Amino acid sequence: MGFWNQLNTEFMARYLPWYVDAAKLTVTIAFWGILFSLAVGLVCSVIRYYRVPVLHRIVAVYIELSRNTPLLVQLFFLYFGLPKLGIVLSAESCAIIGLTFLGGSYMAESLRSGLESIEKSQIESAQSLGMGQMLMMKEVIFPQALAISVPGVCANMIFLIKETSVVSGIALADLMYVTKDLIGLYYETDEALLMLVIAYLIILLPVSILASILERRLRYAGFGN
Amino acid sequence: MLDSGISVLFLGRNFLRLLEGLWVTMRISLVAVILSIPLGILFGMFMTLKNPLTRAVSRVYLEFIRIMPQLVLLFIAYFGVTRAFGWNLSAELSAVIVFTLWGTAEMGDLVRGALISIPKHQYDSAAALGMSKVQTFGLIIVPQTMRRLIPLTINLTTRMIKTTSLVVLIGITEVLKVGKQIIDANRFDYPTAALWVYGVIFGLYFLACWPISSLAKKLEQRWR
Repeated sequence: MGFWNQLNTEFMARYLPWYVDAAKLTVTIAFWGILFSLAVGLVCSVIRYYRVPVLHRIVAVYIELSRNTPLLVQLFFLYFGLPKLGIVLSAESCAIIGLTFLGGSYMAESLRSGLESIEKSQIESAQSLGMGQMLMMKEVIFPQALAISVPGVCANMIFLIKETSVVSGIALADLMYVTKDLIGLYYETDEALLMLVIAYLIILLPVSILASILERRLRYAGFGN
Repeated sequence: MLDSGISVLFLGRNFLRLLEGLWVTMRISLVAVILSIPLGILFGMFMTLKNPLTRAVSRVYLEFIRIMPQLVLLFIAYFGVTRAFGWNLSAELSAVIVFTLWGTAEMGDLVRGALISIPKHQYDSAAALGMSKVQTFGLIIVPQTMRRLIPLTINLTTRMIKTTSLVVLIGITEVLKVGKQIIDANRFDYPTAALWVYGVIFGLYFLACWPISSLAKKLEQRWR
């Protein structure tokens, strides 16, 4: 195949370290973004599930705002807009905050659908056994709800890792940024793009495979069917 | 200080220019959605074929498109294709191609999901009533899949609108770029313009997507 023979392997070897560093940045941002998204999502889903007065309306507004705007626009606002209010954040913090703002609502929706799929009989049975609210949440609702929401949560994780590709828009040297840089500097377009695709495959394939294994395993965890 | 920033939007044609910028991405997403729906329906039917070869081909296509960030696909179409084939695609055309390929994959998967959710006895019952293949599809299968498919397709449209915001990164002058131009042109007179301009763009995207996704949610609940 012509494409493979014409590749400048020496170029690829020379700039491999750039991609390794960029991949580290992508993974770091994705890691913190996913972690905080899960935390925000968990809190929001519990607030929505128990319909905590006032708070559940605020959460509903947050979810609509976050789900109906693109991450790139959110990042531009955080990175270029907020400094005018005197709030200056580093590009990394902006990326993680933006990813959390976006991911929090996606996680909240997935976790909530898990919570809402718990049947009333489960809650009534727990109450009739004399379980308190906390114990019931810990022993009855959460284990089942989490198992049900795993596929959604995994899909969100993959989505968020992919979304990190836009942080190059606020001048973070992630995989996209390095690729664009190399194309601009040396015109080795094929090599740069190939390394970009491979880098994302190395990051995303294991997550995607792990997610499908996890999903298959937890399918049996449901009660009654 | 802060109240001076917002007035930059009402200077000259600034607000109108922002709307024109938004229209650029909306146009790309509309064209991509309109092309993706028929192509996605065909692709979805193609995916339900039992032939192992067509299954493998469609699976690889779907998985590759799904696993790659859309920005990577844009880069491949915009920088890679030009280089590999010597075709000089405009940024907007490569965006339309990428979002159509992506939309076809997503739509195809939705169609496949809707098709396999129809139980086999529906086909058998239709056959038992002496219906032809065309009648079975037109009167039994399509109406049932539509109820599932329409809300999901509307959702795909909002995802498309949100994702097309990426095209600024391959150099298309859309709403973010116009916003930046407005900010840069008024840097000295209105130093806080960035806050307002990006805030308004945030609001514009919300106003564009929110009614559509609310409609999808309503239809989904009603047709469940």
